[in-house]
Amino acid sequence: MIAAIPVEVNNMGSCINKSLGRTPYFLFYDTINKVSKFVDNSAAGSQGGAGIKAAQLIADNGANAVIAPACGKNAADVLTASGIKIYRSSGCSLKDNILALEDGKLAELTDIHPGFHRHGGSGK
Amino acid sequence: MKTAVLSGKGGTGKTFVSVNLAYAAGKSMYIDCDVEEPNGHIFLKPTVDGTESVCVLIPKVNQSKCSGCRKCVDFCRFNALAYIRDRVEVFEDICHSCGGCSLVCPEGAITEKPKEIGVIKSGNSGDVRVISGIMDTGEESGVPIIKQLLEKTWEETDVFIDAPPGSACTVMESIRDIDYCILVTEPTVFGLHNLKMVLELVDIFKKPHGVVINKTVGPFPVLENYLKSRNTEILMEIKYDPVLGDLNSRGMIAAKENPRYHDMFTELLSGIEGKAAHV
Repeated sequence: MIAAIPVEVNNMGSCINKSLGRTPYFLFYDTINKVSKFVDNSAAGSQGGAGIKAAQLIADNGANAVIAPACGKNAADVLTASGIKIYRSSGCSLKDNILALEDGKLAELTDIHPGFHRHGGSGK
Repeated sequence: MKTAVLSGKGGTGKTFVSVNLAYAAGKSMYIDCDVEEPNGHIFLKPTVDGTESVCVLIPKVNQSKCSGCRKCVDFCRFNALAYIRDRVEVFEDICHSCGGCSLVCPEGAITEKPKEIGVIKSGNSGDVRVISGIMDTGEESGVPIIKQLLEKTWEETDVFIDAPPGSACTVMESIRDIDYCILVTEPTVFGLHNLKMVLELVDIFKKPHGVVINKTVGPFPVLENYLKSRNTEILMEIKYDPVLGDLNSRGMIAAKENPRYHDMFTELLSGIEGKAAHV
């Protein structure tokens, strides 16, 4: 399984980022081969629809799961349509969350929020 | 003459001034361009004789023609398109109707379809022709509604535009073809701050303008001196008056119910008449 996680810096000591759409980087962690790959989030500076673009990037990198503290509706629509499961992160540590996912201890994230649209300065 | 009533913030009295001006003018047209929360109709209570739809164009994807090149997804700066499991998915709420995706698609797989974003209601309130734009909740921009609203202006009478608050795109669209702008403000530091933004806008558009100060409770030199320093005329001061609050809260037109306010707005009307020509 490949798990995508929004992270604040591109190393394993990073904390999980609060924003799925506008996190600076994603960690793609392959739980079978134990391989980490950090990818710049090209959606971070989007004028709008960052969640959609970030979810597209997650799907394009072959992820099967996302671990995040929260997820907006548009991103969830893309992830769900791509067959990607969304899990709620617990605390900030990447290693703890990856272990918890492998042990089946992370709960699925079900309370999808409506998003924080029109806060990116897109104007009217 | 086409007059727009503007203000930097909501609640300063745009609708109050524009509705009362239209009423005092007698035969006239009132257009409510505050499409996010039109409220002129609460006072004018028009008998509606026409409702029309306002639509924008959004993409419609023929999935069988799509080759999966993703040119549309990459083009959309608002990320309204995603390519998921060999399908292009459209997020209609995020689309800004630029039409770019249909232009860049090399397969001709994207056409456009109309999507309603609001309505325009027309009717009469005595001698006043009332046109109101009403945007659907959650829509991105009121500009297409305002464009369609302003196609209805006529030359036969004075036209009064109740503009949206602030100084954003919807306000610019509302004043584009206007002869004169009335800027309503309150005698507060906040009111002055927001007034300055609207003054900047009317200066950019080179629109002749004057200021109405609403809810005065005495002199407010910061505002008065500022207007004097830039040679901006104070057209009228409306003193704070509980009678007005009562009339407004019951959806009544002050110029209709109270002779003093009828005189005040008639005077304001003759004060701005012909102003556009002198500038």
